[in-house]
Amino acid sequence: MGLEILPVIDDLDSVRPEQQIYARWLAAGLWLSLAILATTFIIYLTGVVPPLVPLAELPKLWGLSAARYVAATGTPTGWRWVELIGRSDVMNLVGIACVALVTPVCFARLVPEFVRQRENTFAAIALMEIWILVLAASGIAA
Amino acid sequence: MRSSTILWLIGFLLLAGVAAPALALAAPPPTPPVAAAGPWWVWPLALFLVTFLIGIVAVLAGVGGGVLFVPIVSGLFPFHLDFVRSAGLLLALAGSLSAGPSLLMSGMASLRLALPFALIGSVFSMVGALVSFQVPADVMQAMLGITIMLIVLLMWRAGKSESYVGDGGKNDRISTALGLAGVYFDPVADRDVDWRVQHTVAGFAAFAIIGLVGGMFGLGAGWANVPALNVLLGVPLKGAVATSNIVMSIVNTSAAWIYIERGAVIPMVVVPSLIGVILGARIGARLLHRLHPVVLRRIVIVVLLLAGSRALLKGFGLWD
Repeated sequence: MGLEILPVIDDLDSVRPEQQIYARWLAAGLWLSLAILATTFIIYLTGVVPPLVPLAELPKLWGLSAARYVAATGTPTGWRWVELIGRSDVMNLVGIACVALVTPVCFARLVPEFVRQRENTFAAIALMEIWILVLAASGIAA
Repeated sequence: MRSSTILWLIGFLLLAGVAAPALALAAPPPTPPVAAAGPWWVWPLALFLVTFLIGIVAVLAGVGGGVLFVPIVSGLFPFHLDFVRSAGLLLALAGSLSAGPSLLMSGMASLRLALPFALIGSVFSMVGALVSFQVPADVMQAMLGITIMLIVLLMWRAGKSESYVGDGGKNDRISTALGLAGVYFDPVADRDVDWRVQHTVAGFAAFAIIGLVGGMFGLGAGWANVPALNVLLGVPLKGAVATSNIVMSIVNTSAAWIYIERGAVIPMVVVPSLIGVILGARIGARLLHRLHPVVLRRIVIVVLLLAGSRALLKGFGLWD
């Protein structure tokens, strides 16, 4: 499991065009996500911006279940964390959410490519995958 | 290892998910969590060091980081299993995403092959993550213990057998309709390797179960994806390993959103783990040619056996 963000480009003629597009978007998306994650974590560690849950309080709280932790700290569930983005610990969720957004964004890019190739079955599979990921991210499934 | 053995083992994993709650519910109630001793920074620092080692060992032994991370960290650290599972899942997700571009561009992984199986896996991974929040922590611990034991069995059996190398077996009707066949260049063997897919329906069932277990425990899924792709579907080993990464990156995404949505992500647990594993994996990749992978794989099996036993005993309230 290495961090190999820059793709090794061998014989590209043998690689299908949609696969090349997906790989490029994946690499770019992951770079961006990790850069955001690193930046927000440095901000969190330096204490420049106050966190929602003070760092010294964490050892008393991280042994609680997620439900009890949320109740004890006021940690937002669903997408309500966006409202508290000014807190340094919540700010880290931007990078984490970006990591989890890379795949749906890549799939959104795949759909028109499959349609262009008249690969309707795979276009439908990509659309269904987007729908599943949106369902998971929206909180409707919960 | 034959495809029927794989199916049996995967079936056992599902059975574990059904049987363990009944067993663990008979256990005494868990004791309330005790605040971890010492300053706050000791734990993230220790987490970084442990995940750094996990990163090295994971690469050398050819297993995913998530499958080592969850049982080891939940056994050694004071974090609730909910947060360990979410970190394990995000760690496996980031790892598979980072390997994805190279594997796709080299042609070793097939996006076309990954898509239908990842779709099924995503649905069940989301269901697994949702179900996991309804199950008491001690029951989850016991289920994790049983699952880890079965993964150990799977790894042990896989290590003893010759992998299927893709002898050009026949496509079935579904895989023919989806065009699930291809060719990639193997630089080590210095030749093109043809692959095609068989037992597609059984493959869908296997990926549904793998997705469910992966989403519940945050284990990633490389440990099961590779045998399912290789032995069951008949994809040659290198293609199976590469495509497993792509499947994992898609399947883990749906469960990751459930954990984020539930507020089950503590950045102070996730980020040091991610950095530790990524840096460890880089060192592991450099050491790869100096150490004997078979010996390391045996060490990993022993470590998982111990970590799985710890989770099992913790779940039954016998070792808190």
